[in-house]
Amino acid sequence: MAKLPIFGKVMAGTQPEYLHPDYRSSVKRAPTRPLILLPHSLSERTGPVFGQDCVSPNDCDLTAQHTGAPLGERIAVSGRVLDEGGRPVRGALIEVWQANTAGRYLHKMDQHDAPLDPNFSGCGRTLTDADGHYRFLSIKPGAYPWGNHANAWRPAHIHFSIFGAGLLSRLVTQMYFPGDPLLALDPIYNSISSEKDKQRLISSFDLATTTPEFALGYRFDIVLRGRDATPMEK
Amino acid sequence: MSYVPTPSQTVGPFFSIGLSTLCREKIECGAGEGERVVIRGRVLHSDGEPVPDAVLEIWQASEAARGDCEDETSARQEKIPAGFGRIVTNEQGEFQFSTIKPGPRSDEDGLTHAPHLAVVLLMRGLLRHLLTRVYFAGENANDEDAVLKLVPPERRKTLLAEPADDGSREFFWDIHLQGQRETVFFEA
Repeated sequence: MAKLPIFGKVMAGTQPEYLHPDYRSSVKRAPTRPLILLPHSLSERTGPVFGQDCVSPNDCDLTAQHTGAPLGERIAVSGRVLDEGGRPVRGALIEVWQANTAGRYLHKMDQHDAPLDPNFSGCGRTLTDADGHYRFLSIKPGAYPWGNHANAWRPAHIHFSIFGAGLLSRLVTQMYFPGDPLLALDPIYNSISSEKDKQRLISSFDLATTTPEFALGYRFDIVLRGRDATPMEK
Repeated sequence: MSYVPTPSQTVGPFFSIGLSTLCREKIECGAGEGERVVIRGRVLHSDGEPVPDAVLEIWQASEAARGDCEDETSARQEKIPAGFGRIVTNEQGEFQFSTIKPGPRSDEDGLTHAPHLAVVLLMRGLLRHLLTRVYFAGENANDEDAVLKLVPPERRKTLLAEPADDGSREFFWDIHLQGQRETVFFEA
């Protein structure tokens, strides 16, 4: 059996607290009793290993899932998944979902008065390669209103779900876009206390991954909890 | 060199777009060895109101190498790794999954674990996912379990799935987010 990854403690302040009253839904759902410190056993240090069977080749291209092209600004979102030791996480399963260019999700609970796009479902999946790289082709999602407070709007974002080496590596997060004026007003984004940690959720515009005449490139690197226990090869 | 893990954000209300393809209610497929059990329950607010938009991810760790297995409950016939399940609550806040009940385990570090499953809970309103465990009521090994011992005795029952009276191998386990019966959640 391969050596299991090592997990340290979560560094204080780098993750949002469960209760963040500005985000109204957290009030009824955040735990009210102190969490109990769990020793890291096999149950936490291992996790599901997803193979290529879970991903179809087209799953990483959200613009090619229908007969026509979706409306919106075409983007290529790419980056690397690394562990806390800075090593690439290979074979990490990434699932993404997002609103269309008008800010509407293909979901029965989304009541926003904006059009659906018959050529956009907003769902993608991929596995990282041996260097931890991933890439999705999509369109830039629109901002949309929500009921958290008067005139509340979510900044444009793409939801990311990632499985790394163990259950403790599990991460669900959201990727934002640089320069979005709604970020300063968003209680979900602002649930993270430090400015530096917030910045980790903002992708950067990247000319190097921008495809001429085709798609703007955005880079979003992800760091998962855990550290590989096997020594680095020379 | 040390890298700081990326902050978590809520899964939000529309996760089914991205997460439903790899949903599966059958955790362990196995070749019929061991006891097949079904666990049913609800996710509830403190006032008993159901949570219709929660995702449970179940992880049944095992030393043994196992093959992938297909399952008719997954949206596509994906080869989702054995030991893993993902279930979305319905409008009544209900969920159910089945597995082959794991055995007790002694880890390398000498800690004893009674049969259990690790549970990750995600939903709108949770900025980070919650981590808990489900055990089986009536197991002798529960008394020696390294994790249950860390839980105040009066709260341990929140982690125990109760068997049905009819001997059907069904177990019932509700998750209470808050209130008198608030489920024990872990920090790891």
